[in-house]
Amino acid sequence: MKKLMSSMRIAFRALTMNKLRSALTMLGIVIGVASVIATVAIGSGATQRIQDQIASIGSNIIIVIPGSTTSSGLRLGTGNAVTLSEGDAKELVAQCPDIALAAPLVRGGAQVVYGNNNWATGIYGVTPDYLTIRDFSVADGAEFTQQDVEGANKVALLGKTVVDNLFGGAEPVGQVIRIKNVPFTVVGVLTPKGQSSQGQDQDDVILLPISTAKRKVIGINSANADAVNTIMLQAKSGAQIPAAQEEADALLRQRHHLQAAEADDFTIRNLQELFAAQEASSSIMAMMLAAVASVSLVVGGIGIMNIMLISVRERTREIGLRQAIGAKTRDILTQFLVEAVTLSIAGGFVGIVLGIGASALISRIAGWATAVGPGAVLLAVFFSALVGISFGYYPARKAAYLDPIEALRYE
Amino acid sequence: MPPLIDVRGLTKTYRLGEVSVNALQGVTATIERGSFVAVMGPSGSGKSTFMNLLGCLDRPTSGRYLLDGIPVESLDRDQLAEIRNQKIGFIFQNFNLLPRMTALENVELPLLYKDEDTPDADAQAWRVLASVGLAGREKNLPTQLSGGQQQRVAIARSLINRPEILLADEPTGALDSRTSAEIMSIFQGLNRTQGITILLVTHSDEVAAYADRIIGFRDGLIVSDAPVIDPKKATEGLIALLRAPVEVPQ
Repeated sequence: MKKLMSSMRIAFRALTMNKLRSALTMLGIVIGVASVIATVAIGSGATQRIQDQIASIGSNIIIVIPGSTTSSGLRLGTGNAVTLSEGDAKELVAQCPDIALAAPLVRGGAQVVYGNNNWATGIYGVTPDYLTIRDFSVADGAEFTQQDVEGANKVALLGKTVVDNLFGGAEPVGQVIRIKNVPFTVVGVLTPKGQSSQGQDQDDVILLPISTAKRKVIGINSANADAVNTIMLQAKSGAQIPAAQEEADALLRQRHHLQAAEADDFTIRNLQELFAAQEASSSIMAMMLAAVASVSLVVGGIGIMNIMLISVRERTREIGLRQAIGAKTRDILTQFLVEAVTLSIAGGFVGIVLGIGASALISRIAGWATAVGPGAVLLAVFFSALVGISFGYYPARKAAYLDPIEALRYE
Repeated sequence: MPPLIDVRGLTKTYRLGEVSVNALQGVTATIERGSFVAVMGPSGSGKSTFMNLLGCLDRPTSGRYLLDGIPVESLDRDQLAEIRNQKIGFIFQNFNLLPRMTALENVELPLLYKDEDTPDADAQAWRVLASVGLAGREKNLPTQLSGGQQQRVAIARSLINRPEILLADEPTGALDSRTSAEIMSIFQGLNRTQGITILLVTHSDEVAAYADRIIGFRDGLIVSDAPVIDPKKATEGLIALLRAPVEVPQ
């Protein structure tokens, strides 16, 4: 212990002797560690963000949209057919044991007017279950109810963006807005959700009872009055998603009278898969960035080795003298190893501070979320010590096995 | 009691590429405890090789070397280091002090490589520095000391582990004659009052005259070995100073 302390003192003295040289040597490790910390922070920030987005969409969600249609030889894209209905939604929740909730949805857009302000926004006709599935809550006022849906009441829930644009600072709950010239009473304001994974503003929306939306705003489909654009399902748990998906598929095929050879006239999507893929790609990206950053750590290590070799050569006589007065192989080895490790760990600490600073700066400037965890910091300390030991070993060994007579005679 | 140093048929051959140089060609000698020996001889006579072997810095090609009864030729690298640390003090022509350390730290250096801890290292170093007349210079760096003072720091360093023998290689080679006399009187004092065995290599007859035995080397062999009938006396005052007890400041 005493020997280690005194080795550290000797190392510190040797390093402070050549301040500029030590600083430049450390710079390699500083840059390496800082870039590892920053890239890991960006990577875990991205993963965190994807997880937040999953949470903002709602949990255990399955989306059913109509399939494509072929009309006069013209194949239209997915979602254009009017094959899904409110009846489908009712039966899905009634007959499928793994499905907890089903929410039919009609979608449209309209110009909304309040006083002198107007705003174009998305209009969703939904049932109260939609709020539960999407994990929407009401920040101000109250949700509309099943009675509002059955009575086709002219009530509206407004997203934060709509409120900001129509009302400025005024209190929206209880006010009357006009959508396509129809007056609607604002019953509540939704709690903001922020951007979706596609960068869409999830708060730029007005939710109406599905019945009211069809009759007054979006219009009733002439072919099928019961038609909806989408049915959102919630499985009873994450593990039940695949089963729920299969049940929905079977039930819808039966209800749509599809023969075994016929393709589905609807598409079922499971968001979990999408997000899992996104998460995987973002973590691969983060790992690649970290791998590139660790190359600079290795370069920093080579810098340390270089300087240690010079240092051993410069201090050949000192080494000879130490050997003459009784320093053993291990003593000299320890002295130079401690010096190399001191360099690399000091560089590591500066690098950690710099890396945390850089990630904070990146999140401010680029608006990316970053997260520096204690794991990344520990890893950085560990790796910088490892670099010091592995690149300091060769020079230290060279010093320890010098011939004392030649070392003493060295000019 | 056996002699402190007992060498028999010591040879050392260096290989320089294809050529081999026989630096020592069979040296046999004994050195008793408490003697003060000057080793003389022209360059290349083998005296430096002899000193390196005695100092356990190197191992002989063949022959026997008993130091205090220990067969040195069979020891490994780290065992040699331990012998150097415990039994031998080195003094060099160019002092070999570490430039970034104070006089006190230089003197303490051999304590660092002992197996056991030395809790009173500072006090010990202080005492030894004072015994060579450097009280008050403890915190000076080597560059702030004269040549004679630096050599005294080196002598203090060689004494800190209470060695059996001091090996001095041209200790006055870089000093003027007055300072040389001072250093020699320190050696003589250590030899006479503390009974430390001293071997010193020199070119100077004047320096050799302080010793009580002179060994002459030529072509890798001892060619002369004679006692000095009437060794030159160092100043009585300096010996008195070495005898005086030294106060250790707390």
